[in-house]
Amino acid sequence: MDAPLTVSSSPHIHDEESIRSIMTDVCIALLFPLALGTYYFEMKALYLTLVSVLSCVVFEFLYRKALKKTNTIRDMSAVVTGMLLAFTLPVSTPYWVVVVGAFFAIVVVKQLYGGLGKNFMNPALAARAFLVVSFPAYTGIFTEPTFHEDGFSFFSTPDAISAATPLASLKQGVLPENYDLQNLLFGEIPGCIGEVSALILIIGGLWLLARRVITPRVPVSYLGTVALLTFVFSPAGVDSLQFMLYSILSGGLMLGAIFMATDYTTCPVTKRGQILYGIGCGLLTVFIRYFGKMPESVCFSILIMNTLVWMLDKAGRARRFGVRPFAFLFKKGG
Amino acid sequence: MFSFFHGGVHPDDSKANTRHKQVEYLPPPEFLILPLSMHIGAPCEPCVTLGDDVLLGQVIANSGAPVAAPIHSPVSGRVTAIEPRSHPNGSRVMSIVIQNDGLDKLHPEIAPYGSVESLTPEELLGVVRDAGIVGLGGAAFPAHVKVRSGLGKVTRVIINGCECEPYITSDHRLLLESPEEVLGGLKILMKIFGINKGTIAIEANKRDAIENIRRTLPRRGEGIEVRSLAVRYPQGAEKQLIQAVADREVPPGALPAAVGVAVFNVDTAAAIHRAVTTGMPLLRRIVTVSGSAVSNAKNLSVRIGTPMETVFAATGGFRETPGKVLAGGPMMGIAQFDLTAPVVKSTNALLAFSQREVNASREQTCIRCGKCVQVCPMKLEPTYLYMYERKNRTDMLEKYHLSDCIECGSCAYICPGRLHLVHSVRTGKQKLNAARAAAKEGK
Repeated sequence: MDAPLTVSSSPHIHDEESIRSIMTDVCIALLFPLALGTYYFEMKALYLTLVSVLSCVVFEFLYRKALKKTNTIRDMSAVVTGMLLAFTLPVSTPYWVVVVGAFFAIVVVKQLYGGLGKNFMNPALAARAFLVVSFPAYTGIFTEPTFHEDGFSFFSTPDAISAATPLASLKQGVLPENYDLQNLLFGEIPGCIGEVSALILIIGGLWLLARRVITPRVPVSYLGTVALLTFVFSPAGVDSLQFMLYSILSGGLMLGAIFMATDYTTCPVTKRGQILYGIGCGLLTVFIRYFGKMPESVCFSILIMNTLVWMLDKAGRARRFGVRPFAFLFKKGG
Repeated sequence: MFSFFHGGVHPDDSKANTRHKQVEYLPPPEFLILPLSMHIGAPCEPCVTLGDDVLLGQVIANSGAPVAAPIHSPVSGRVTAIEPRSHPNGSRVMSIVIQNDGLDKLHPEIAPYGSVESLTPEELLGVVRDAGIVGLGGAAFPAHVKVRSGLGKVTRVIINGCECEPYITSDHRLLLESPEEVLGGLKILMKIFGINKGTIAIEANKRDAIENIRRTLPRRGEGIEVRSLAVRYPQGAEKQLIQAVADREVPPGALPAAVGVAVFNVDTAAAIHRAVTTGMPLLRRIVTVSGSAVSNAKNLSVRIGTPMETVFAATGGFRETPGKVLAGGPMMGIAQFDLTAPVVKSTNALLAFSQREVNASREQTCIRCGKCVQVCPMKLEPTYLYMYERKNRTDMLEKYHLSDCIECGSCAYICPGRLHLVHSVRTGKQKLNAARAAAKEGK
């Protein structure tokens, strides 16, 4: 035997899925809402997303280079963060604000804690929270979508008409007057680039489910909790079912439940932990929408639950193999 | 049919190369190497000395220890060395080397024990012990010890024909070519235990084997059923198979007898049948030779003690220089570095892979995707075990039930960050044992 044989620990075969393939799948899923966002909010939406992605990748590259760490931009995770960050911003946000957000997401939230897999908060959401409290003048204006009756033009710019979102009406305890449920499904409402159409986000989520990137546990327990609470505790004089449907279709809830709360690093790994986490997100979202002063219900509820992941993983540990449920009750002595 | 165990993965089964190939007989080589430890438990002591002439089937090493199995000469010839030699487990083990005289002169004591009906359960158990039979699925636990520890507790015998490891087809071929031996072995085991409930469990990707053994079943069943199980790795792991077939979970640290079940590999059952009906101890086994670097993938009937290089040569040698050689399957098999090591009792496959296929993946990072938790059949949290092993937190390893790990490799197979999780578990078990020993000393 001339060439040496490789000796390594078992297993000797491996599933083809890698971090890169997972992140690429998420990017593909995010292309659906990006296409629709570009249709409704003109090319500025696409440019804003590109600036966000590019800044995230560049900040990640520069940080790792400066600290002489391995280059990780090939794992595609910075691209995902960039897309998600842009999706949570209104199309009228200035480019420089997006760059500041990208810096906060990649350098402060992700890399300072050790990079991919080590951060304890979702980078895109934390950056959005940072921008919302730092630059409310830019992040609080929502543009009406364009409907392109005369055909799509690559050169038109959206009119920066600020409009009240359906969520703002819901906070008043009434159903939105100008928008019906169909508008919410197809995204014909003012809002952020990537969160206007519930339907297209669900399609992206189905792609992730089909590719086994995510499981239904977090999105279903999150949306289910919000649906249940808004149905049971709908305001007086408003149809419960209508209020419930408007509640789960408006704001950033779909984007949050499908793409943000399911972020691997900042959600529990145990099955029960994931369900508890989804329920917790749902409870906080409804509480903030009902009793909070700010409209940031989804963003802050996920960020708060992010900080509880360590505890939820412990609480959600499975029953030990071969030990019957509630075995501690049957233990003799101590 | 309903069958269920936690977690699991679906690696490509890669069995097409050898699935339809009849088992070929490999003549014994000139020199055979018989390690004194081919089973779990105490190593044997040689009962022959250098220069002794030995006969086919003669006991050449034995042990008085409770957990051990005797070793027999697979050929007739002369003992030319008793010295440490390479073992497939990667260490060097004291071994008896026999020069084959090519005559296969049978030891005079080798004769059929008589019909199964004429023997008492105790006599049958004695045959199992004297024939040196161990668990042939890979664990190599002495079969007579497993039987004796389950007497009076076991109410059901499961014959394991899952063969869930990719590439391996030795059990599949046995079920196709000698179903009556498997069935005979099961009946003997049922007689020893004094029970009338036996199950032969086979994964659904071996439909021909399932139909074949169903045809062999006695007309009125006699308490024996054949179960077809949905394909999933690690179905053939003892605890997972019991969960799938009997819907019982074996408690931590306990033997399957604790839930009234005993599991034997199909090859073990066949070896028991052969030992009783022909008197022949365990001298040979079926080995699947496959993998991308092998010229002609085959199923071979090999004498125990045959060096691996001889087995590979018998399949026409290597198509290209192998980058990795495994004893066993790709999920749990052991990577080899010295091909002079012999086929031992538990070697069910020899696989050689080309340099291109060597999975030399660099460890990346844990992204906390939780896939390892989802696939773990023992309901552990491999990502946390990995983290605590890295930090030498033996207290947490204990708390997270590290010792429950069966090292099936499902977690490392699925991990998108390519973490070496099984390796970490093995290291962790050593650290945990050291910590326990230190704690005992301190008291």
